[in-house]
Amino acid sequence: MVSFKLLAPAFMALFCFASLQAQAQQKLQAGQSEIVFVSKQMGVPVEGRFKSFDAQINFDPAKPATAKINFSVDMASATLGSKETDAELVKPDWFYTAKFAKASFQSGAVKSNGVGKYEVIGKLSIKGLTQDITVPVSLSQTGGLTTAVGVFALKRLPFKIGDNEWSDTSMVADDVQVKFKFVLIGVAKL
Amino acid sequence: MQEVNQSSHSNKYSLPAVLLHWLLALGLAVLFVAGLFMADLPVSPLRLKLFNWHKWAGICVLTLSVLRLLWRVTHRPPPLPAEIQQHMPAWQQMAHHATQYAMYALFFIVPLVGWAYSSAAGYPVVVFGVLPLPDFVTSDKALAELIKPWHEISAFALAGLVGLHVAAALKHQLVDKHALLQRMLPARRY
Repeated sequence: MVSFKLLAPAFMALFCFASLQAQAQQKLQAGQSEIVFVSKQMGVPVEGRFKSFDAQINFDPAKPATAKINFSVDMASATLGSKETDAELVKPDWFYTAKFAKASFQSGAVKSNGVGKYEVIGKLSIKGLTQDITVPVSLSQTGGLTTAVGVFALKRLPFKIGDNEWSDTSMVADDVQVKFKFVLIGVAKL
Repeated sequence: MQEVNQSSHSNKYSLPAVLLHWLLALGLAVLFVAGLFMADLPVSPLRLKLFNWHKWAGICVLTLSVLRLLWRVTHRPPPLPAEIQQHMPAWQQMAHHATQYAMYALFFIVPLVGWAYSSAAGYPVVVFGVLPLPDFVTSDKALAELIKPWHEISAFALAGLVGLHVAAALKHQLVDKHALLQRMLPARRY
């Protein structure tokens, strides 16, 4: 018969581990996630995407108000699908990646709009310029995976994306649609 | 009166055929030269404008070519004047018909291949920036690379045939002194 004294530390360890798990940040599965942006050139929708981004997420569906969601996007990973246009995107008139390698998003308030529906208000910084944005997010869960999807519009000119000769919005519209899908592990049940 | 007119101009093309002929001649010439000029431009607002204008004009040419073909199959063109036919050896008559059939085929092939390339490259055609056309091929970069040379090749083939067509018409008119060009001019009083 093993004595309780011997088992106690094991129980303690197990308890600590379990509570750490509960507090641990949720992890982004970057390979299954995507950030797509759609701009309009002379009325033509043109789709691009960022291939590299990361997130620190601390989110409990039961307590959205305490959520902390930070994203960082590697701007040089943007692609429109062809070498010529991708070579253009990194230039100073567009993303200026030599000076501004990363864009970031930091959440402020997170509101619940019903089961699995949230509104994340936060600060988006691109090219050193920051704007407040509101992002609607829908969550769904299968197995251990939580998928967050949403669409929001932002204006490119406040971030000086497409500067100088490209600032004419009859050529490239000011509105850019951003669509995202983030696959997370470690999110508690909705 | 009308009957008199019809008989006196029976050797002329009808007015719609004449108008479509010259309008499309102008359109094809402008599109060909613009296409040559813009193909190697670096990414710039000018390139973006020219590409979109080229696509819009190309769709106009395609549409007018449909009308032209419908008119052509429902309105028998005047036969070649007897004096010309007598001077044309069999091979020239065959070449005359083959050139016209091939040009008609290319009136459709060149713009359709251009449209397919645009769709495959991920840039759906939006006529005048407001009328989105359907993609009849999927957005696929590998497919776009396969299609790309064929828009150019077919356009050069059409340009070659147009050159042949013009040279032959001028030869009949200027060298053989046959009044051929009047057939393709609007009716005039003599």
